[in-house]
Amino acid sequence: MPVQVKRLLLVFAFFIAISVALIYFLTPKSFGEYGHYRGKALEEISSTEIKYVQMDDCAMCHDSIAELKNSGLHATLQCEVCHGPGFNHIEDYENNRMEIPNEGQFCMRCHIMNAASPKKVIKQIDAVEHAEGEDCITCHNPHQPWL
Amino acid sequence: MALENKNLSRQEFLKKLGLFAGGVVFVSTINPLKMVFATEKPKNGKWYGIAIDIEKCIGCGSCARSCKIENDVSQEPFYFRNWVEQYTITNEHEIKVSSPNGGIDGFEQPVPDEDIYKTFFVPKMCNHCSDSPCTQVCPVGASFDSPEGIVLVDQTYCIGCGYCVQACPYGCRYIDPLKGVADKCTLCSHRLEKGLDPACMMICPTHARIYGDLNNKNSEVSLFLKEHNCAVLKPHLNTHSKLFYNDLNQEVH
Ligand code: HEC
Ligand code: HEC
Ligand code: HEC
Ligand code: HEC
Repeated sequence: MPVQVKRLLLVFAFFIAISVALIYFLTPKSFGEYGHYRGKALEEISSTEIKYVQMDDCAMCHDSIAELKNSGLHATLQCEVCHGPGFNHIEDYENNRMEIPNEGQFCMRCHIMNAASPKKVIKQIDAVEHAEGEDCITCHNPHQPWL
Repeated sequence: MALENKNLSRQEFLKKLGLFAGGVVFVSTINPLKMVFATEKPKNGKWYGIAIDIEKCIGCGSCARSCKIENDVSQEPFYFRNWVEQYTITNEHEIKVSSPNGGIDGFEQPVPDEDIYKTFFVPKMCNHCSDSPCTQVCPVGASFDSPEGIVLVDQTYCIGCGYCVQACPYGCRYIDPLKGVADKCTLCSHRLEKGLDPACMMICPTHARIYGDLNNKNSEVSLFLKEHNCAVLKPHLNTHSKLFYNDLNQEVH
């Protein structure tokens, strides 16, 4: 082998060695634990705080409302679909009030007349014609629409 | 150390240096190979799949709204981890798709009722594909499939190059405007960890979205797939999507 090639090979070997060593020192420890990614990321992603809880948690304190709701046609609705996220309220209900939805259009999120919305699943109404300017909750209880 | 030894010949010194360097290199080569030998076996045998019942979606947008709150997604109308689309096919076979603010503010029907051939809502979210194009293109290994079949982004490792955003055929990724890194649906893994359902599925008033373990043939999603005739989006791309739609129309893309 000519001496130039030998030297060139040495130089190559040197650079490869350097980069391999760099990779060793620069990759995070948990990289490759489960696959081509940082294993610790799994833990980090699943450690964020929750904001929504579940209906059972509201029922602990608001048992009469929960019972009322679950005996009516809104039984499939979660409390938080109308009242917003409840984690903070559960932790400290005095300083964290839930939303009370009272804008006129609120019920129409779900009950609006739209051909795309399946009639079998939800009853739809024309707000102007049906409510005649009154609030929905003057006639319907939001927790049990038929009382 | 070796340098202090005055009797050391140059040759011996080089030899020792070579040995030392060789040792470092050897140890270094083993470590990066770790990921080749890493088992992809599920941790506890779960393999998550999702099913969406189009017949049940009423287009209220509660899923998109709760997802943004739960996961601190920017409220601007361009960033969604999950959203709802309204498909309207007219009598002239023109297909109109609309998703104003992802459905959060509700929908307007653009076509008068008598001109509609058919119309329906399609809830969209990450398909958590088994062979995800988005994770394959990541140049740094920041985007990956978890052992449970959830496609995730390691945001501390992501360099924000946006390849994955381009690669996703379903448009389910975006670059977070504040963090400058890729962001996407995590199937609310922080909620799954605590035994809660993902926010969009928990909040849905008609239970149109369900999820579960595809390996367990008695899970809710497996039974749903058994009883309904479900299809995935863009099957020709071989992404092996794990999001199954009941009653999916051919026009949906
Ligand atoms: C630890 C007991 C507790 C739990 C759990 C709890 N609440 Fe409350 N909540 C209260 C109390 C007490 C009040 C009355 C606060 C007041 O009037 O100062 C209240 C008030 C409310 C109000 C009225 C707020 C207002 O401004 O008048 C709503 C709505 C509400 N809760 C909804 C919920 C929902 C939805 C959940 C489940 C996510 C929930 N709560 C869980 C104790 C609780
Ligand atoms: C369909 C939407 C909807 C759902 C679902 C719902 N609420 Fe309400 N809730 C309302 C509205 C609207 C009001 C305001 C009523 C009023 O102003 O009289 C209200 C008022 C309240 C109040 C305060 C007023 C009162 O009656 O004491 C509490 C507490 C409350 N809700 C708890 C709950 C809990 C707990 C659940 C779940 C079991 C729940 N809500 C589910 C719509 C809803
Ligand atoms: C998150 C969506 C949602 C919201 C918001 C909502 N509803 Fe409902 N509502 C439903 C669903 C789902 C049903 C169940 C329909 C069924 O089972 O037939 C229902 C049923 C009803 C029914 C009974 C219809 C029947 O079958 O006779 C009435 C009345 C009603 N809602 C009134 C209201 C009123 C008033 C409000 C506002 C306080 C409201 N809803 C808000 C989803 C919603
Ligand atoms: C003046 C009292 C009144 C007001 C205000 C009112 N409703 Fe009703 N609602 C009724 C009565 C009575 C019925 C049953 C008769 C019927 O189907 O029209 C009814 C029926 C319904 C139904 C079932 C329709 C069906 O096809 O079975 C829904 C949904 C509903 N209301 C929602 C609403 C919403 C949403 C609002 C607010 C925009 C509202 N209502 C305001 C009295 C009222």
